[in-house]
Amino acid sequence: MSDLVGRLDRRELLLGFAAAGALGALAAVRRAAAADKLIVGVIYVGPRDDYGYNQAQAQAAAALKKMPGLAVVEQEKVPETTDVQKTMGSMIEQDGATLLFPTSFGYFDPHILRMAEKYPKVRFAHCGGLWTEGKHPKNVGSYFGYIDECQYLDGVVAGHATKSKKLGFIAAKPIPQVLRNINAFSMGARTVDPKITTQLIVTGDWSLPIKEAEAANSLIDQGVDVITCHVDSPKVVVETAERRGIFVCGYHADQSALAPRGYLTGAEWSWTTPYTTHVKDALAGKPMNNFMRGGLKEGFVKTGAYGRAVSEPARKSADTVKAQMLKGDFVIFKGPLKDNAGKTVIAAGAAHKQTDVVLEQMNYLVEGVIGKV
Amino acid sequence: MASARDGQWRQAAEALVIPVAALAAAMVVFGVFMAALGQNPLEIYTLIYQGAFASAFSWQNTLARAAPLVLTALCVALPAQAGLMVIGGEGALVLGGLAAAVAGHLLSGVAPASVKVAMALAGMAIGAAWIALSGALRQYRGVNETISSLLLTYIAVALFNHFVEGPLRDPASLNKPSTAHIGDANMLGNLPGLDIHWGLGFGVVFCVAMYVLTRHTTYGFALRIVGGNPRAARLAGLPVTPIVLAACLLGGGAAGLAGAVEVAAVHGRANASLIAGYGYAGIVVAFIARQNPLAILPVAVLVGGLSASGGMLQRRLDLPDATVLVLQGIAFMLILGSEALYGRLKPFRPRAA
Repeated sequence: MSDLVGRLDRRELLLGFAAAGALGALAAVRRAAAADKLIVGVIYVGPRDDYGYNQAQAQAAAALKKMPGLAVVEQEKVPETTDVQKTMGSMIEQDGATLLFPTSFGYFDPHILRMAEKYPKVRFAHCGGLWTEGKHPKNVGSYFGYIDECQYLDGVVAGHATKSKKLGFIAAKPIPQVLRNINAFSMGARTVDPKITTQLIVTGDWSLPIKEAEAANSLIDQGVDVITCHVDSPKVVVETAERRGIFVCGYHADQSALAPRGYLTGAEWSWTTPYTTHVKDALAGKPMNNFMRGGLKEGFVKTGAYGRAVSEPARKSADTVKAQMLKGDFVIFKGPLKDNAGKTVIAAGAAHKQTDVVLEQMNYLVEGVIGKV
Repeated sequence: MASARDGQWRQAAEALVIPVAALAAAMVVFGVFMAALGQNPLEIYTLIYQGAFASAFSWQNTLARAAPLVLTALCVALPAQAGLMVIGGEGALVLGGLAAAVAGHLLSGVAPASVKVAMALAGMAIGAAWIALSGALRQYRGVNETISSLLLTYIAVALFNHFVEGPLRDPASLNKPSTAHIGDANMLGNLPGLDIHWGLGFGVVFCVAMYVLTRHTTYGFALRIVGGNPRAARLAGLPVTPIVLAACLLGGGAAGLAGAVEVAAVHGRANASLIAGYGYAGIVVAFIARQNPLAILPVAVLVGGLSASGGMLQRRLDLPDATVLVLQGIAFMLILGSEALYGRLKPFRPRAA
């Protein structure tokens, strides 16, 4: 009776101990294997193959793998909770990582800051540009790109492609980074024809595929014939546009394969540039580069190859502007500029270069955008 | 009379052996699956063990991931005692978190100890009210509580986003809309000596208290009668509606507390990071635990452990995150399926007198 139970428990216990011992020995062997290399950890908030934000980061991680003297460990779908702290900790404690790329914007405060304090010898490179001198630790760095340049160029191409003079923009949240993209896109298009409008739909969150598809369909039903977006994965928007037979500009990563007919061009990140800088600094033992930013000129962003549907005049005008941007003498946000309620937001004669922090507090939609912040 | 005691022992052994055997079977099936994909099952088992339980660090990793699930699982398990299938813990959690953030900010300057208590109470109160709403809809209007609690979660998330991005937004939170910070002094620290926040401690206390409440009090007895047969309970003169609502209040309070802890111990403010799916993960935990408040603890540790070792599999073998979902799926199906074995295995049957 209870004797049987007792025997069962003892046997299980013994088995458990034996298994634990064997596994522990194996663990020790595996850990010693990669001692002489720089271990780089990359953490993604979504799937690595999302055709969007995470894929853009994963492409840079893939480029790192080709560099000598380092090994890359990756973990995907890590939420912005204590999970990411434990994931960073695991990479440091269990994998021996000394350079981390926790890539989601929301990882920074409090997660990266807390771990950076706990592990002062580990470098944390974060995407988003939140690092502030004097406020944040020196083993944390941030990198970000001026992707509104590519959005402006997308706008120029879209402006040439549209027949209805109605463009559509699907955005996750009305925050400064997103507003800057919407405005740049709309301003680019209006250099082709000032009658062009951009209808904005805000979905409310970064990854809402059903809402994004609904928004795309509703825009197309309203006569929009070129669409673009700022959400984590543009996959659904691009596919919907292709199925409905309209044009589309991509975002984050290359989505041309999803829309062979309607894909015009795209605004893409080129994170290999900051990734390699951080790795080289770490390998050379140089202090961390805490603040890295750049646009087309610096190689932080790039435009997608033109699709079949892009006309010769469209290519020409976009390439002209791009050449100016590459030289560094093109200013997108300059006066006189009005918002879509008719209020002047940048006075005549004033010009905000890309590095101007005023642009990071953008809280308006420019003339030509239909929508509200 | 000796056989009654014997029966109890056998029942306890049954409740332990069946799920453990199901879990072992799941590991074997998963091993076969991984072998079919060209991986070495032994290496997989090693990594799972290493990731979740091999060292002090991996134990803390596991427990930290288990902590929020303990409280959200209670949000399912307590109403389930009364026969309600509430799956809206996520809504109670996010609103609880929002309430705690507001309380923490409004009371800045007050003694931190009282602020912490106020944040916990605010979170629990809102969470309790939110789940009680589902219970009331069912008791008074005959609305199915499973559907209503799920739909109320969507409303809760919409309300949460509205307040965080609108009236309660800290203007300094530019690209990540958040409420104002509660202040470092008001933050809940970690459990002494560990890198795990107080949510785990609250969860353990809550689970034990709820176990005692449901198994060793008259309210608990009445609650389980209502859960077994509400019409019989009503005929017996039990106040069914108050009993059901109390269970909802307690469950919602647990989920609300989970939200409050996320704000007070982790984020310091309410923002979209709070909507991480803990409420939904809690449903699975509660079902595997067969709605037993005490069994929630080991099950949450198991789920936390699988999540911790999932990271290990990703990093060492370059497997996708879906790998661990496959393991979880197999394990949960087998554990739930093994419920059919209760009372059917000879060694666990009480010997005829």
